Parts: sequence; structure tokens; C-alpha cells
Amino acid sequence: MSQRPSGRDVDVIDVAPVNKKENRALYKKRTKIHAKRTTGMYRSLKSWMIVVLLAIYYVTPWIRWDRGPGAPDQAVLIDFVSQRFYFFFIEIWPQEVYYLAGLLIMAGIGLFFITSLFGRAWCGYACPQTVWTDLFVAVERLVEGDRAARIHLDNAPMSLRKFTKRALKFSIWLIISLGTGGAWVFYYADAPTLMMDLITFQASSIAYATIGVLTFTTFSLGGLMREQVCIYMCPWPRIQAAMMDEESAIVTYRGDRGEPRGPYRKGESWEERGDCVNCNQCVVVCPTGIDIRDGQQLECITCALCIDACDGVMAKVGRPQGLIAYASLGGEHRRAQGDSSGIRLFRVRTLIYLLAWAGVGLIMLYSLANRTDLDINVLRDRNPLFTELSDGRIRNGFTFKILNMASEQRTLILSIQGLPGARLKVVGSEDLGESTTPYFTVKPDRVHSVRLLVSAPRDALPSDAVDVRFILNEVNATSKAHYDSVFRGPEK
Amino acid sequence: MAENPQVDEVTGTETTGHEWDGIRELNTPLPRWWLYIFYATIVWSFGYYIAYPAIPMVSSFTKGMLGYSSRAEVAEKITAAKAGQKIYLDKIEGSSLEEIRTNPDLLEFSLASGRAAFNVNCSQCHGSGAQGVKGYPNLNDDEWLWGGTLDAIHFTIANGVRNDQSDDARTSAMPAFLKDEILDRAGVNDAAEYVLSLSGGGADKEAAARGKAVFSENCVDCHGQNGEGLAEVGAPALNNAIWLYGGDKKTIVETISFSRHGVMPAWGKILDEATIKSLAIFVHSLGGGK
Repeated sequence: MSQRPSGRDVDVIDVAPVNKKENRALYKKRTKIHAKRTTGMYRSLKSWMIVVLLAIYYVTPWIRWDRGPGAPDQAVLIDFVSQRFYFFFIEIWPQEVYYLAGLLIMAGIGLFFITSLFGRAWCGYACPQTVWTDLFVAVERLVEGDRAARIHLDNAPMSLRKFTKRALKFSIWLIISLGTGGAWVFYYADAPTLMMDLITFQASSIAYATIGVLTFTTFSLGGLMREQVCIYMCPWPRIQAAMMDEESAIVTYRGDRGEPRGPYRKGESWEERGDCVNCNQCVVVCPTGIDIRDGQQLECITCALCIDACDGVMAKVGRPQGLIAYASLGGEHRRAQGDSSGIRLFRVRTLIYLLAWAGVGLIMLYSLANRTDLDINVLRDRNPLFTELSDGRIRNGFTFKILNMASEQRTLILSIQGLPGARLKVVGSEDLGESTTPYFTVKPDRVHSVRLLVSAPRDALPSDAVDVRFILNEVNATSKAHYDSVFRGPEK
Repeated sequence: MAENPQVDEVTGTETTGHEWDGIRELNTPLPRWWLYIFYATIVWSFGYYIAYPAIPMVSSFTKGMLGYSSRAEVAEKITAAKAGQKIYLDKIEGSSLEEIRTNPDLLEFSLASGRAAFNVNCSQCHGSGAQGVKGYPNLNDDEWLWGGTLDAIHFTIANGVRNDQSDDARTSAMPAFLKDEILDRAGVNDAAEYVLSLSGGGADKEAAARGKAVFSENCVDCHGQNGEGLAEVGAPALNNAIWLYGGDKKTIVETISFSRHGVMPAWGKILDEATIKSLAIFVHSLGGGK
């Protein structure tokens, strides 16, 4: 730096922020934002987040997981056709969809937790809209150059050069979009098979339509609409304020340190003035086109790129970093009174969010660890409620749905409690006759449907509705399941 | 309005000129994206008018260039479904009832198709749960007028009871003992008391004793020595708890006096053989099949 000739140390850019509170209007033509490239800690963090998150998204469907013969070997698979959700060693059946509800609740509370700590950290680092927009902007920068070059190109009349650059940019965007939509469908079918079907044009029209829709949305949301999605379409900016308080650390311009702002020439005294040199670097790097010095704003996704930009400038002019930094309102107030305790992470609100999050997580873990792989549901016949037999016995019909969630065939014995003299008969292709403990074999990973006729002597019924319990035991194993039902007879 | 646009001072938006109690209606423009989608739907609708049936005429309607018809689509789907069922239906038609019952796939298919056919054709008399009503037997229980084996059930369904459609229709011939003056009122009463006593009921022991003689003379040929019934002639068992018309004395007297002649169509003349077989399998599975 010191080798530079005297004069301006810092590029001062004459620019007005695109989005300013005073200029907000319901009907406004969009002004394109040409965000300038920046370097620094938060830029690196964001870049790493992009790499990691996109890698998770694209690679996950290709991870294999051996579940034995007959079962899919894809680690993460949402199989709508056979109604199963596979996640590594977990296999979820449709009636266990509350696990999904639990995950969503955890995601929601987790979002509250992070927001109460660091404001819109989700928006700035992890939201797909941010991740893909960042990727698309990186491509744009690679093809068309940085801010000044892009503005120049935008204003230039159409030429072969402009056309080539645009075509190249849109082509790369389109490839990314196609890859995004393409990766999505692999979560719903065996990825290698579907890949072959897709490139040989034998996949289902639903697969192509899904890819088409997601290609379109990725291209338009990430490439063309960008910050407008966050500002106008997304509900989260509207409700996130409810999770924040004055102790939430958000991207903040320290007005007390920065003001009064003004241009700075090398060698000038820092007395009687603020640290802000009014270079507008924080404005030009902002992907949503705001001036962070105007305070907390709806448009700010707390990507922290202005922190990087400002820290770079502060280093150049030799002032301490952190003129723009993660800070909380409460911390700023305390700082003004000479208390430098800064950000308070442990607060009642954050602890409640954390406890609620951990609570739901523990409940889910407990139920996941204790879930059985055998279950029965019993539907009793309602028409007729009961049948009187010629020998005076009363018969009820039941339909059993036996859920064998294990991957091996099992032999099960059924018995009934609460009905003396009961005889059970399984209706099926094999004539097993009546017994008190019928047995049957159930195929692996299947719902086995059995119709069962239960009869009992009329005298054994104390009332017209007897509570009974069906008990299912596995032969040579400890698994058991039971179901409480009712045996109906004539009115006494 | 157009000549005199008024502008609202607060918002800077034109008003429509309408005013109610000092409240003026703003003429806020629609968002452009919304408007474009609206225009796009209008353009789309013209294409729709041309391609699909759309505009009603006096006695007909415009057919559309694509020649689409939802009725034809349904017909196509039914044809496709029938084609899918054909392999099963052919197998069922070519197999014996016992073969169908012991083959898990055919059993599953015939139970489902039998239930469907039952709901359409049989439930009107026998009830949707096959539970029967007075005069129409309960098909869930284990008493069968004409036999409860698969073959007997199949024969009854195919040929029906007491009809002109089939020469093999099941026909029972119980006389109307009082009406035909075979018995007098006292004889009918005694016979009824005896019939009641066969299943452990009845109050008048003396009448029952007298009725035993009446029964031996008039009833045993069909209903058997102990009232156990005879499926070959459609004579129900009288010694159990199941009564087609009712087991109280009044009803039994009425049955003996005037007889009961139930009817049933010969479904073999109406439905195809695979359906009849499926129906037999279904009815047999309800719980009383022998």
C-alpha cells in the first residue's frame, strides 16, 4: 500500500443504493444490481458453504447402501411407488410420517434458534436461493467480468462480443439449472437406472416434466430474479423479526464510530471525524442493493459481504476493523456506556429455542430407537356386526393388516384374550381349519392382509360387546404386537 | 372520469372518481406480472376453444380439433382395465372351483371381483354385507337351503330358485298345509309347537307331543326325522337357531299354513361364467362355506 503514490488510497465509488427505505414503492421497475466482487473471511465462508451444500445436494442420491436382496440400495430414497422412505439405516413407512413432521418441527425451531442468535444467517449462507444466486453471480462474473465491466456491457449496444458473452453465460446457467432439476429426481428413483433412462429418453414424462419445471425455476429465480425473490416473494423476511431481539447479532454499521463520515485523504487527521471514508464499497458489494449504513433493513439477508468490503478498506486506511460487523443493538448500547461485553448468546429466548429443539430431537430419537418392526391393525366387520351359527355360536369377522417391516420372512402366531371358548379361522387358499392359535407366514417388508373369523359360544358372552385383545407373537423370536378390539353379539 | 382524473394526495394514485361518505376509491394499477398472466390466460383460452369441446350450441356443441371426449376416455380406460383382467378371468373360467380356491392369486382376484359382482347384483335382496333379511337367506352363516359346498353354491347362483329362466332352477315344493286343507288349525298349531321344541323352544309340551305325530306324517320326508333338513330338496334344518322367516310361533304357524316359496333369478343366464365362479368363491368365503 505504501508504495502507492499519494492521493486516494481507496476507490471511492459514486453510487446510490438501489434499495433504500425512502424509495420503496409498490410499483417500481427493477434496477439491476451489479454486485462487486469482494474477498475476506465471510466471502470464504460463503464459498465453502456453497461447495458443501451443493455437494450434499448433488452427491447424496448416488450414495449406495446395501439393504440385502430385493431392497433398494440407494442410501436416501423417497419411494412413492412402494410407499417407503429410506435414509441410510432407517426405513420409514407411510404411517410413520410423523418422523417427517418431527424433522420439520426441528428445522423450524432450529431456524428460530439460529435467527435469535445471528439474525438471518439462514438467508445469508444456507438458503438455496442464496446458494444458487451466488453460484449464478459467480458464473456471470467469470464470463462478463466484475461490476464495472458488467455495467459497461449492459449499456453497450448489441454486438457479436456482447451476444457471445450473453450466450455463454446463459448456457452455463442453463446447464447448472438442468443439473439442479436433474439431481432432484434422483431422490425419487434409483439414480443410476434413472440416469440411463433419462439419457436414452425412456424415463417417465413426470421425470422430464419435474426436471423441466425445476430447470425453469432455478434459471429464473437464481439467474434473473435474484434479490427480488428475497424482497418480494419470500415470507421469511416478514416474520423473522419476531424471533429476534435487541441481543441478536446482526450485520451492523457502527454509526457511533463511523460518523461523521466523509472522504479521507492520506495523511489527514482522524480527529473530529468518523472512520467511515464514504467509499461506498459496502454499497457496491451488496447483493440486495442496500446501504447497510441506513440501519437494519428488510432487504438485508446478512450475507456479511459488506463486512469483508469495509474491513479491507479499514486495513488500507489503517483504522481498526469492524466498522461494519456482527453486533447487537444491546451490545451497541452497552458499548456506548463503556461496557464492552458485546454479544450475549445465552439468553432466555435462545435457551428456550435450544431446549425445545433438543426436546423434539430426543423424543424423535427415543421413538426411533424403540420402534418395532412388527405391527397389526385390525378392522372388524361392520356389516354384519355378527353372525349367528346353526350350533348357537356367535361369529365375528375381522380383517388383519400385519405389517412386517423386517427384511426377512416371519412366521407369526395369533391368539385372542378375553373371549373364553373362542375359535379362530383364517380365510385363505390353505384350509387350516379352526384353532385357538392360527399361524401364518408373512413375506418380508410387506403388509400382509388376513381375514379371520372368530367364533365363541353365545353363553360365553357377558354382554353384546366384549373387549378382546389380539396378540401376535413371532415364532422363535421376541417380537410381538397386539391390538384391542371388540367382539359383538346379540343384545342380552 | 377520464376527462377529469383525480389524484389522491396521500398516495399519489389516481382515483376512480367514486366517493362514499368522503372515502374515495383508488384506481391502483394491477401488478404487471399479474396483468401479463391474465392476458396469457385469455390467449390460452382461445387455443382451448379451438382444441377442445367448448361452446354449447342449440342441440350440440363445438367438438374441438383434438376430438377429445371424456366419455371416450372413460371407455378407453375401461377397455384397458378389462384387458388387464382378462388373463385372470380366462384362468378362472378354465379352472375348477376348488382349483381357484386353493390358488392364492386366483382366490384374491375372484374374491375381489366376486364382491364387486355381489354388490351390483345380489345385495338388493341379500344385503350389502350378505347378512340377508326375512325371506332372503343370510349368506354368512353355516346353514344352506341348497347346500353350502362350492359346487352347490355355484349351481344355485347359476340356475336360481323357482324361475322360468333355467330348467335346472332349484324348486322346493312345501305344501300350504292349512290353505290346501291338509291340516286343520289345531294340527298346524301342534306341528308348530313340535318344530319349536326341536331347537329347544316352545311352551306347550302336550301340543308338541301331539305335533310329533303330525310331523312324522307330513314333514319328515323333506325335513328329516329330527328336523335336520335336506339340501337336495331345499328343506331347511328346523333343529337349530337359524330361521329364514323367523323362529317365533306366530311366524312358524304362518309358514306351515301358507308355505314359503322364495325366488331367485338364474344368474347363469345373465352373467358370464367367470363372474358366477367368482360369486360362488366369494359367497363360500363369507364364513359358512362347507
